[in-house]
Amino acid sequence: MNWSLSRRSWLQAAGLGSVIGTVGAVRGLAGQSADPHDTHVLGHGGHALGTVGNIDTSLFNPDTYLRSFNFSHLPDEQRVRYYKESPRPDGSLLREYEIFAVDREIEIAPGVKFPAWTYNGEVPGPTIRATEGDLVRVHFVNQGSHPHTIHFHGWHHPAMDGSLAEHQVLPGRDFTYEFTAEPFGLHLYHCHAVPLKRHIHKGLYGTFIVDPKGAHLRQGSGGQAGDVDEFVMMMNAFDTNFDNENEVYAVNTVAHYHMHHPIRVTVGKPVRIFLVNITEFDLINSFHLHGMFFDVFRTGTSKTTSEVTDTLTLCQGERAILETTFRYPGDFMFHAHQSEFAELGWMGLFRAVEAGRDT
Amino acid sequence: MTPEASTGSAQAASAHGASTLTETEARPASRSSATTWLLALLPLVLLGALITWIVKSGPAETVRGAGYPPIEKLSFQRVTLGADGITADVLNDGPDPSTIAQVVVDDAFWAFTADRGTTLSHLGRTRLKIPYPWVHGETHVVRLVTATGLTFDHTIAVAVATPMPSSATFWTFALIGLYVGVIPVAIGLLWFPLMGRLGRRGLDFVLALTIGLLLFLLVDAAAESIESSAMVPGSFQGVLLAVFAAAGAFLGLEAFGQWLRDRRSAARQAGGTGWVLAFLIAVGIGLHNFGEGLAIGAAFALGEAALGSLLIVGFTLHNTTEGLAIVAPLARDYRDGARPPIGTLVTLGLIGGVPTIAGAWLGGFVYSPIWSVVFLALGVGAIAQVTTQILGQVAGERPILRYLGTGPVLAGLTVGFAVMYVTGMLIG
Repeated sequence: MNWSLSRRSWLQAAGLGSVIGTVGAVRGLAGQSADPHDTHVLGHGGHALGTVGNIDTSLFNPDTYLRSFNFSHLPDEQRVRYYKESPRPDGSLLREYEIFAVDREIEIAPGVKFPAWTYNGEVPGPTIRATEGDLVRVHFVNQGSHPHTIHFHGWHHPAMDGSLAEHQVLPGRDFTYEFTAEPFGLHLYHCHAVPLKRHIHKGLYGTFIVDPKGAHLRQGSGGQAGDVDEFVMMMNAFDTNFDNENEVYAVNTVAHYHMHHPIRVTVGKPVRIFLVNITEFDLINSFHLHGMFFDVFRTGTSKTTSEVTDTLTLCQGERAILETTFRYPGDFMFHAHQSEFAELGWMGLFRAVEAGRDT
Repeated sequence: MTPEASTGSAQAASAHGASTLTETEARPASRSSATTWLLALLPLVLLGALITWIVKSGPAETVRGAGYPPIEKLSFQRVTLGADGITADVLNDGPDPSTIAQVVVDDAFWAFTADRGTTLSHLGRTRLKIPYPWVHGETHVVRLVTATGLTFDHTIAVAVATPMPSSATFWTFALIGLYVGVIPVAIGLLWFPLMGRLGRRGLDFVLALTIGLLLFLLVDAAAESIESSAMVPGSFQGVLLAVFAAAGAFLGLEAFGQWLRDRRSAARQAGGTGWVLAFLIAVGIGLHNFGEGLAIGAAFALGEAALGSLLIVGFTLHNTTEGLAIVAPLARDYRDGARPPIGTLVTLGLIGGVPTIAGAWLGGFVYSPIWSVVFLALGVGAIAQVTTQILGQVAGERPILRYLGTGPVLAGLTVGFAVMYVTGMLIG
């Protein structure tokens, strides 16, 4: 710390600082105001908080990711390369996915590049969504430089677990995972190759949603079935200097993105948030919404709310469906209620507008 | 023309000039001059070719492989705190270009501007302005996040507003310099009349005491200078800078002393050696005090001002002995109640003490660790030169070790070192 006076620094250590302070030379110096607190209150206060600049959204657009299920953001002719659905005799669907692992540099804050390992070039990976009872078939190709797997949460045969040594898919090889989508709820998938910490925090994870048969809407917020704004939010973080501590936090990768690009919602229209915590290194993460409360459906496996709150804490791998309806127009902040995470990027805004108004 | 010259080297032949050479002898001389140039330049041309080849073929890249991340090293220079937040001067100390993508203060992304852009080439600089509401008396950590996600931290140990150059701060620093440098040295000079009353053994004791004081300063300043050099960006090679500054000061003072002696003996002034030595000691101590002032000014500028008053008291006590060191050699010239002109004493005191004020200004307003290393090292060289001068003078014909082994001298050395050691404890 103390370049020049280190020989003398024991004074500080010995707690003599206060004694010295009373002598008054410090205050006498420089004719500073006696109370410096008054002199440097900044004009813009909190507005200076946050990242500087913009990311290149042509590579990854958090707004698109937020509302994309089964590659729904792609035009049909491109979408069929990654996702196909076909009816089965029992009325359920066969859902086939094309997922590949690839090394790619991603932008996690304006100008900050991270050497990620990705599913289909994106972090988080594409959101996979099926209905309870559907047959899910995922053809996985490892185009990366290290062995990878896809480990799905949900019911499946051990051979489909993607976790043991014999499950590793070596670079250049492929594997097809197949299982029936159950139980209904909010799940996730991630790479389970070792070392696990690195394979996860480098970016190999995504959301896996299993909808219940019949009505989507759960109890709680009211509103009309089928007319719900749905968002996927993966709480993630990045250790950019590889010291096993995170430097950047976010929902869906890009620090403070939704502070600059608020998520548009409609007053009176129900909102459903698929919230997943995949944050590595930190024990827990949390979600806090300003000015309102929401119904919590932990793991999404029940249609009855377990909790009505405005702050929810999740361990790594835990997830919950949140439902609520905006009552008032205006900006509503949401962020981790660990202030440190919030100020390091995990913070955003909902912008609620009256129905029928475009601006 | 000597026979040696005609059989000598090409340089010798050409150096002897055309005046004594016949025309037939001159031709080989000019040819050999061209050869000299060729011999001098050929290795340089080959070196240039080699470097071009290395850069083009890139053997390091072959070993590292493609996509190897750049080597980044950002170094904080001066960091100041003001009403509009934190200002940080940043230097790229790494070989590759580096881009500052984001700034994090106390674990929060914060807005910032960079006056010379955010991409810095090798040794490129930029000044970041960060409108962060820092808190008086607390600790803050400024972190730079580069485009590759590397982080470089700077800790502001105790946040206090950085003194800005104004008449008030100028005067305050001058006052500190006065307390630390000028007045203590002047007080030390007041021992001069005492010297005249001392016998040979007493004088030996005082001179030895002076040597003890100077040796202490020598070791202390050398250690601080090397320590500070660790804070200098690697590209500036702090330790080498320190060693060469010290050597430069030593030799410079040696030449200066010789010049003074020549001048005085030319003017047939009496008592030359003592006066010259006192003068040299004053210059050496002045250089050292400049470094000390720099450290004190920088301490205030760097938010270490909590050390303030006791530090100043410590330096004041410490430096009083420096006045004694300056006048001790004069005592030999002015025995038996004779007195040097008062103007001489005042001059010596000012030379020794006033640089502290200049140092405090420089340290407080335009601090950079490089200055600190250079001036501390200059002080080291100067003190080393002065110490050898005194030793040579007092030992006279005797071998120095035998002189050092005598009773009064041993006692003086010990007392001198002890005084510095004890007053040094006040500083910490």
